[in-house]
Amino acid sequence: MAKRIDVSDLDIYYGNFKAVEGVNVSIEPRSITALIGPSGCGKSTFLRSLNRMHEVIPGARVEGKVVIDGQDLYGADVDPVDVRRQIGMVFQRPNPFPTMSIYDNVIAGVRLNGGKMRKGELDELVEKSLRGANLWTEVKDRLDRPGSGLSGGQQQRLCIARAIAVEPEVLLMDEPCSALDPISTLAIEDLMAELKERFTIVIVTHNMQQAARVSTSTGFFNLGGVGQPGHLVEFNPTEKIFSNPEEKATEDYISGRFG
Amino acid sequence: MSTETPLVPVGTRPGSSTPGPVRTRRRLPRYGAVGLFLGGLVVGALLTAVTGGFSIALTVVYGVVLGTLAVYLVSRSVEGRRKATDRLVTTVVTSAFAIAMVPLVSLVYTVLDNGLDRLDSEFFNSSMLGIVGEGGGAYHAILGTVIITALTAVISVPIGLLTAIYLVEYGSGRLKKAITFLVDVMTGIPSIVAGLFAYALFALFFGPGIRLGIMGAVALSVLMIPVVVRSAEEVLKLVPNELREAAYALGVPKWRTVLKVVIPTSIAGLGTGITLAVARVIGETAPLLVTVGIVTGTNLNPFDGRMATLPVFSYYQLTQPGFPPEFGIERAWTAALVLIILVMALNVVARLITRFFAPKTGR
Repeated sequence: MAKRIDVSDLDIYYGNFKAVEGVNVSIEPRSITALIGPSGCGKSTFLRSLNRMHEVIPGARVEGKVVIDGQDLYGADVDPVDVRRQIGMVFQRPNPFPTMSIYDNVIAGVRLNGGKMRKGELDELVEKSLRGANLWTEVKDRLDRPGSGLSGGQQQRLCIARAIAVEPEVLLMDEPCSALDPISTLAIEDLMAELKERFTIVIVTHNMQQAARVSTSTGFFNLGGVGQPGHLVEFNPTEKIFSNPEEKATEDYISGRFG
Repeated sequence: MSTETPLVPVGTRPGSSTPGPVRTRRRLPRYGAVGLFLGGLVVGALLTAVTGGFSIALTVVYGVVLGTLAVYLVSRSVEGRRKATDRLVTTVVTSAFAIAMVPLVSLVYTVLDNGLDRLDSEFFNSSMLGIVGEGGGAYHAILGTVIITALTAVISVPIGLLTAIYLVEYGSGRLKKAITFLVDVMTGIPSIVAGLFAYALFALFFGPGIRLGIMGAVALSVLMIPVVVRSAEEVLKLVPNELREAAYALGVPKWRTVLKVVIPTSIAGLGTGITLAVARVIGETAPLLVTVGIVTGTNLNPFDGRMATLPVFSYYQLTQPGFPPEFGIERAWTAALVLIILVMALNVVARLITRFFAPKTGR
């Protein structure tokens, strides 16, 4: 299931504007990698380039390589749609489909991709995914109710269930807890620790404690200055980053000395 | 940082009475403002009566001005300037609303008054075949309007919806701007021009003097397509981008995202927009006059000859009422009433669509 991701010399552009430059990183399978850094430094852009989601924005393009288990995601014959089937994503704000029930939201990935499954298989998939997202006991009696009726934390876990229902290799999370209260955040952090057994997880977070709690490796992004591209300053095991970082900039950012 | 400001109530003006931190003020009695305004209206009516004959229009003009002044001045002297300004604006806005309602109420009243006499079963069951004076009905015209409007919708809805989807989901750059501009231009086309366009188009193939139901549908489509595009575009734009991204992130191709996520999310708005667009064209007269014409008998085939439609029926009954003329004029009013009922029914349908198809919150 889980795959290794190798990024080499990745530059990301929006039109003529270079947003991120020169990223070299290797993300281990079955691990949680946290990306931290100030706003606007390109963490989310980098994350979205890992499943080619940034291409949704007109004019966005990349130079360099993103290799997942030996295959270049940006190869000429690779369809971005197929990339996204392998690399799922959870967004900052919970975004369940408002027209669908909880049940339909979970199987949205299968159904919208035209997959045919028998009712029994679908039921199993829904239960498995919702259990995987720690949501099953809370919603099992109201699977036919709209997903938008759940609380924010439950909606976010529903989105995680929807993402893991298509059995991706990698799960990207873009600040998944920033709109949630501490209890829902804890639920999702526990969930990530479980999902680590099956998936490679990359998470963008502004919460340094969260990065320290959940991740095995941490990457610190920073900007050279206004209008300059963001770059990866340091990528190391989380313990090292938070106790004995190699770079001065990392230490300043983590200890709150910046600006 | 800043100098210490003592927390003492500032400004003890004549209006304030109690010494607490929150000022209390004298207020007008609850229906005081309404009473003052009505008083102004009464004075206005008297004024017109004194200065040369009572008239409703002058009463309204004098009354609104005097009533507004009375409310403002009394409120100003009792309640103070801020409250008086609030009362003034409230009065002006309410008067404007009431004046705007006058033509609507008057129109509905007049049409009901003149049209209810002939709103009988004969009107719905017989055509004008062989009728010169009394009797007759608009059976043929009602069906004609329904058929031609349905055909118009069949032509306009797919074109309009697909254009809107192109503009919102796919279009970019010059082509998108050009299409948006052309749609805007089309919105402003006078309806007679649309009729002449359809007439000229069909005259190319069938020779001059041609009259067909489908010609009317084509003419009306020219008017309806831009309305559908505009409303559908606005509704599709309201679908949050996050939903599209959620679908893309699941590996759903773009066309399926549009079909299975964007359209279902906005289906209520799309349905409402289409229904209102139909209501917009159902009463068009000029284009049907030159493309469909009028006929006294029932013709339900839009591909064969003239058809009757309600607006054109109404027009001809009014301008060529036959002899004696009062029966024709009565039929014209009743046709107008039926048309208004149809439009209102469509608006109710639009409301129902919004209510039943809107995404449910589950709370």
